[in-house]
Formats: sequence, C-alpha cells, structure tokens
Amino acid sequence: MTTRPVIEVENLMRKFGDLTAVDGVTFHVNPGEVFGFLGPNGAGKTTAIGMLCTLLRPTSGLALVNGFDIRTDQARVRQSIGLIFQDPSLDDKLSGRENLKFHAMLYDVPADVLVKRSEQLLDMVDLSERADEVAMHYSGGMKRRLEIVRGLLHRPSVLFLDEPTLGLDPQTRLHIWEYLLTLREREGVTMFMTTHYMEEAEHCDRIAIIDQGKIVGLGTPEALKGMVGGDVVTVRTDDNDRVAAMMQQSLGIETRIDPEGGLIIETSHGDQFIPEMMRVIGECDETVHVNSVHLRRPTLEDVFIKLTGRAIREQDFDKKDDMRKHVRLWRGR
Amino acid sequence: MENLKRNIKGAYTVWYRDVVRFRRDRMRIVSSLVMPVVYLFLFGSGLAPAMAEMGGGHIDFKQYMFPGVLTMTVLFTSVFSAVSIVWDREFGFLKEVMVAPVSRVAIALGKAAGGSTVALFQGVIVLLLAPVLGISLTIAQLITLAGLMVLLALMMTSLGILLAVRQPSMEGFHMLMNFVLLPMFFLSGAFFPLRGVPIWMDLLSRVDPVTYGVDPLRQVALRGVVPVQFMDVIALRPLTVNVIMMAIFAVLFLVPAVWLFGRQD
Repeated sequence: MTTRPVIEVENLMRKFGDLTAVDGVTFHVNPGEVFGFLGPNGAGKTTAIGMLCTLLRPTSGLALVNGFDIRTDQARVRQSIGLIFQDPSLDDKLSGRENLKFHAMLYDVPADVLVKRSEQLLDMVDLSERADEVAMHYSGGMKRRLEIVRGLLHRPSVLFLDEPTLGLDPQTRLHIWEYLLTLREREGVTMFMTTHYMEEAEHCDRIAIIDQGKIVGLGTPEALKGMVGGDVVTVRTDDNDRVAAMMQQSLGIETRIDPEGGLIIETSHGDQFIPEMMRVIGECDETVHVNSVHLRRPTLEDVFIKLTGRAIREQDFDKKDDMRKHVRLWRGR
Repeated sequence: MENLKRNIKGAYTVWYRDVVRFRRDRMRIVSSLVMPVVYLFLFGSGLAPAMAEMGGGHIDFKQYMFPGVLTMTVLFTSVFSAVSIVWDREFGFLKEVMVAPVSRVAIALGKAAGGSTVALFQGVIVLLLAPVLGISLTIAQLITLAGLMVLLALMMTSLGILLAVRQPSMEGFHMLMNFVLLPMFFLSGAFFPLRGVPIWMDLLSRVDPVTYGVDPLRQVALRGVVPVQFMDVIALRPLTVNVIMMAIFAVLFLVPAVWLFGRQD
C-alpha cells in the first residue's frame, strides 16, 4: 500500500487585490487523517479550502488533491472530493432525499447505488425517518447531517469541511463530531477541516495553526500543547504589573498578560510553583492582594497565544468583518 | 464523449431543479396571474374609453395591452430567475453545483434553460386570460406564441445573468432593475403604440431588445381580433425580422453571460 499523501500543498498563495489571504502555505495530509486548519476568522482558512476545492484560483504555488493538480485537473479533483460549506447549501424547497438525488445526478452516481448508499448513510446519521420532509423544516443540526451525507454520497476520498459546526449549539456540535468520527471509521475517508473552535481542533489528528495567511505551527494537538511547556498558572491580583516584576526579579520567570485579566505563567510543575509564588509575593509586598490562582493543562488557545501573541477569541470583530466585506466585494466584481 | 454526456446531465439537473421548484410552488403559480389581472383590468379598463376615442373604435385597449402584459410576465420572470442564480451562487445550492464535476458552461446553460422554461410556464398561464378579453386563439397561434415567448425568455434570462453575475449586492441589482429593466419595458411599446413618438424615443426603442418581443407577440395574438388595416398600423416589422433580432440579442447576451459565470475567481 502506498502512503502517498492525499493532499500535497507547496507554497500556495492567494491574493485579493493587495490583500494576501493565503501567504505561501506548505503542508500535506495523509490518507485517513483528520487534518485541521485552526485560526481566527479572516486568517485565510476559507480561501485555502476554496483553492483546494477548485473554487478559487491560486495566485501561485502548487497543490495536488488525490494526485490531481487543482489548476489543471479540476474535474477529477472535484469528482474525488466532498465538500461541506460554511453557509448551508441545501435546496430548502426540496426534501432530504431529493437533495441527495440531485447530488447523485451531478456526480453521475447510478440510481441503484444512490438508493443503497443514501439509506445506509442516512441511517448512520439518524436521519432516515425525516428524509422525505422538505429541508426548510430541518433544524440546523439536521441540515448539517444531511450535508454530510450528501458530501459522502459519491464516495470521495477526501471530505472538506469549512467550519462544519459554525452557528450550532455546543450539544449539537458534539453530536456532529460523533457522527463525523463514526463515518471516518466506517468509510475510511480523509477529512480536511477548518475551525476557529479550540475544542473542535482537539478532534483532529494533526492541526495547522494559521494566522494572517501563514502556518505558524503544525503538529498533533499534544505536540503543539507541548510547546507551551507543562502547566499554565493564571493568577489575578490587584496589581498585575507589580507581581510580574516580582516574578521576574525573584524567580527569573517570564509572565504574560491574560487577555481576560490576570497574569499567565507557564511552568513545568504548577502544583509546586503556586506556593513558591505566594511566598514571593508575600515577602516582596504584603499589600498586594491575590484574588485568585488557577492551574490547568495547556490548551490550543495557549499555543495560539504563544505563537501569535494574540488570543483567537479576542479578535477584533470590525477588522474581521471588514476583511470579509473586502473579499466579498472583490469577488463580486 | 464521457465529458459531454456528463455535462448534458449536469445542465439537465440544473434545469430540472428549477422546474420541480416551480411546480411545487402553488403560490407562485397563482400570484403570477395577479399582476396581469391588475394591469389588464384596473389600468387597461381605466384607459380603454380614452383610447377608444383616439383609436376610432378599432380596438379595445385591453386587447391591445394583452401582448404587453404577456411580455411583462415573461420579462420579469426571466430576469428574476437570473437573480436567484447569483443569490444561490453566494449562499446556497448553486455553490454545491459549482463544485460538482460539471462544467460551468453547462451549469449556466442549464440555468438559462430553467429560467426560460419557468418564464414560459408563467406566460402560458397568462394566456389563459385571453378568452376573458374576447381574444380567441387557434392552436397554431398558441404554438407560435409559445415559441416567441421561449425566445424572449431566453434572451431576457441571458440578459439577467449578464447583469447579475458580477453584482456584489442586492441593492446594486435593484438599481440596475430600475435603470435598465423598467425603461426597457416602457420603450418596447408594450402599453402604447410606437407610431408617432418623438425621434429619440423611436431610436431608443430600436435598440431595446424587448421591442422585438412585443411586436411579434402582438401581431400573432391579435390576428383575427382587430381589423387587418388597423393591424398594419400597429405592427412594426415582419415576424421574421423580429425573430432574427431576438436571436441575435439572445446570443449577444448569452455568450458573455456564460463566460462571466464560468470564470473562476
């Protein structure tokens, strides 16, 4: 069995006017892998997925999907991939089964295969009983499930998912993931997804952290979290600057500001560090009041902050919207 | 060969979806009769006495208006189906079609065919009003009218795609509608004869593609209803000239529309 990557990307770049949305990314995705692009809105995730799915032309660089060049072999790329979009793309006026039928017509799936396969997939996502209803009446989660079934109908070897759980409530999000992981198991399909939900990225085998069009970190979630080093201690005091100076002087430890207020300290053994820290604060200045101390294992959010100096959640929303508008206007021209 | 078959199937799928959706939408079928009725009976009945005086009693104005209303229905249905393409393209089902292994040319042609078919259906529904107006149509007339409506619909759907395909916003499209579509409609002679109008209007009406749709529809629909000598007055051009002009305009709109639609971002 060959282990040739399903997706091979080299130096892929895309500009919209003077805005570089994807700035020379290089990575590969192995067969059967769940590979994720993690980054804030506007980081270039959707543009990257758009290029791999042949919806957008790259400005430069190379990308192969299933060995087919995304610029010169588009029809074969398209036949071999399934796609789940950020915005719903069902025909609301048609029933679930009719949506699947149209998909089968477009992908030239024979009628008998369509019936067998759609029943099997609908069953897997618990949608069989409602598949004859008009999609308009589906909940957000049901629509997503139907789109997943549709995306897998023609037996693609890669399923692309652009923010697959965007706008769904946490519980539904969890369910969608259960379905996706089950389907991956049974179908052996490779998944490439984008997300800005940290918890979601944890489901991936490997993650590329993307910021301002560039990959700033790539590896398994564990390996990435290893970069942070041990535990994360968050301490809130009434004089954070003072405490930061104390840590630096007395213990030689660097601190950084938690966007949500407080100081963050990375340390290998948090349980032993906390008493030490309290002692130093007490010795240096009794008047500094410690409000809370929190100890936890590092998350991908910590990794993102470490790599970019910013938090994913804390993105400036105006900036993001501006950029989307910019891109949309440009594309609409 | 395999590719061609697949693209034909793709175009057929896009067309079929439009037809299925139209068939299912009972409200749309009913409401497609509302505007024509309003125009014919509220507007037309109001103007009819005044027009009868001027026309020397040769024709009932409602009958004169009927082909214009037919045109209006086909025109607006066609252009609105084209808008849906753009909306679909950004936010909905068409995105799914755009990543399918089917060429964009096939998709655009399927959409143009779908929009035209729906416009034809709507036009045929309006034809049902003919007997109410005292216009009786033979089978031959009906078939000719249907053919003319198909051509008009294809021409206007193509124009709609062309206007809408690079529109970033719905507001922009509404502007276009007001600036392009309404003048086109009024300059076409749908509701008043183009004889004796100012020269600038005459010139504009000649470059207005809709003119070549209204004229033949009127000639065919009113054949046998109005006296022959009066028909000579209201008819502008021979049928064949109208048909050729519509065909030319259809190609002129369709080719760049398909090209723009198929262009990859």
